Amino acid sequence: MKKLTALTLACTLAASLSLTACSVERVDDSGNSGNNTSTDGNRVLNVCNWGEYIDESLITKFEEQTGIKVNYQTAESNESLYSLLKTGGANYDVICPSDYMISQLIEEDMLQPLNYDNIPNYEKIGDEFKGLAFDPENKYTVPYTWGTLGIIYNKTMVDGEITSWSSLYDDANKGNVLLINNSRDAFGNALIYLGYSVNTTNETEIREAYELIADAAKRGIFQGKVMDEVFNKMEQGNAAIATYYAGDYLTMYENNPDLAYVLPEEGANWFVDAWCILKNAQHTSEAEEWINFLASTDSSLANMDYIWYASPNTEALEKYPEYYKETYGEELDMELYNIMAPSTDVLKKCENYVVLPEETRTLYNDLWIQLGL
Amino acid sequence: MKNKRSLLAIPYVGWMALFVVAPIIMVVIYAFTTADFSVTGENFTRMSTFTVIFTRSFKLAIIATLVCLLIGYPLSYAMAKEGKGFQRVAMLLIMLPMWVNFLLRTYSMMSIMENNGLINQFFAAIGLFDLINHVFGTNIQYFKMIGTQGAVVVGMVYNYLPFMVLPIYSTLIKMDNTLLEAAQDLGADTATVFRKVILPLSLPGILSGVTMVFVPSVSTFAISRLLGGGIQMLLGDLIEQQFLGGAYNPHLGSAIALVMMVIVVACMWVMNRFGEGEEQAVML
Repeated sequence: MKKLTALTLACTLAASLSLTACSVERVDDSGNSGNNTSTDGNRVLNVCNWGEYIDESLITKFEEQTGIKVNYQTAESNESLYSLLKTGGANYDVICPSDYMISQLIEEDMLQPLNYDNIPNYEKIGDEFKGLAFDPENKYTVPYTWGTLGIIYNKTMVDGEITSWSSLYDDANKGNVLLINNSRDAFGNALIYLGYSVNTTNETEIREAYELIADAAKRGIFQGKVMDEVFNKMEQGNAAIATYYAGDYLTMYENNPDLAYVLPEEGANWFVDAWCILKNAQHTSEAEEWINFLASTDSSLANMDYIWYASPNTEALEKYPEYYKETYGEELDMELYNIMAPSTDVLKKCENYVVLPEETRTLYNDLWIQLGL
Repeated sequence: MKNKRSLLAIPYVGWMALFVVAPIIMVVIYAFTTADFSVTGENFTRMSTFTVIFTRSFKLAIIATLVCLLIGYPLSYAMAKEGKGFQRVAMLLIMLPMWVNFLLRTYSMMSIMENNGLINQFFAAIGLFDLINHVFGTNIQYFKMIGTQGAVVVGMVYNYLPFMVLPIYSTLIKMDNTLLEAAQDLGADTATVFRKVILPLSLPGILSGVTMVFVPSVSTFAISRLLGGGIQMLLGDLIEQQFLGGAYNPHLGSAIALVMMVIVVACMWVMNRFGEGEEQAVML
């Protein structure tokens, strides 16, 4: 029996090893055949996007128009997407990471330069979204959405108006503040409050930001560290203050009109999520068609209406209030529209993330764990 | 003949090799290497930084296990003693929640225990807070439950209680009644019968129950994040952070996981010594 067990064990191990080897080979095979068959009917595209980040009817529409079968998958965060890509567990062609993750992927040579000739709708993207710090020469990306990270608060649970990041660390809101569960954003907010750049690599500044958060945590200001749980907690009035994305605020506002969104006077972070094609993608031409399709004005309008995140398509941005009126028969609340798509003046006060050097990333991670000790 | 029958184990052995043994080997390899896979012990030198998290996780898991045992044993005992009808209803009530996804259940626990959740709304509706504020001159609107260690323990007990009840119940129900009668005939009173006969005979069930509650409790991350607010990390959060957090470091994550596994196995080994000779004791 023992021998048999050992034999089976050895066989399975060998099998699992050779399986991984096979899958690598297969990638190459289908990579070739993918290119060859790109003119006949068997076209496939593997997409990875965030959850709830597209008007799903657009996927069907794209499939009908092009005959390409879309394998649509979602990732939870930039970090988990990166981890998926690193472990080789995923074979996506086209992904939609945020700015700082894009610059990290470019740095690690994981993306391929795009052929913008095949993406004519790229012209419709506003200039203010091109050549940003994460892709300065604009070789790898086509922006998909953008927005700001600000403070969401419940007007009935807070005295007066909130205008500053200081409210996150204020004793007045003890036990009622939700810290965003992501070291980059949490430290970013503190850095802005202290008047530093969100991209600082100065250890003293980062440690100062850490002290600010750690001290507030010690005083019991934070109720918890949250990501998607924020919806429930804010909508049902279980917490007074949170930091989250403008697009998600609009979703929460629909369910609880007591909620307000503010970009603090110290400035804030603004982000861009953009489509990129992975270096080892097997379906490049399909991916280009996908990116082009989503950059079109029609798709952008449908998406804006569905996910409440602003599109970088200038035409779509201009037309949206009109589109809203046609679709719903009422005027769009311009105040909400300005939260979704703030003006360039507002954006000037905000800063984009770029990738931090590995040393600083390790510091962020260590401090973040120290916060949880 | 014997060999032929053991062929039947091949699917299981293959399964275990692929999904249990191979991953453990990978964890060990990762734990002892750096990002470029050169051998190192560096990942373990940082472990002392995490002592607080290790202590907290084991403390909460031990408390949850004890609470499960204190609730689970009497319940199993009652179920084994009562008639078929009670057994059936009790079993249904224990199994029913397990048909719902674990995360969903934890999410609903969250909205029950929120500051503005069902429990606090109920207390407010019956005027409990008014009463307290009136008597003690305080000004409270709710009891803080979410974000506390107590909430984490409640979540663990709620989710893992069935794993305590079922093994104990199955040892108790199989117990030979003639043994109890013999003990009584020999002059033992109820307490002595329980202490000298029932408890030792049900020990295997207790041991497997304790294992099945303790192990998932010590490594949970969903419960601590949803109910504990994630302000104070548990081991599961710490490990998750290494794989899905800002600094992608599966090597450190594997090292932490390995240390945790070793400690858990050591705990289980010590515990199973108590039940030595009880061959049914299940070692997971």
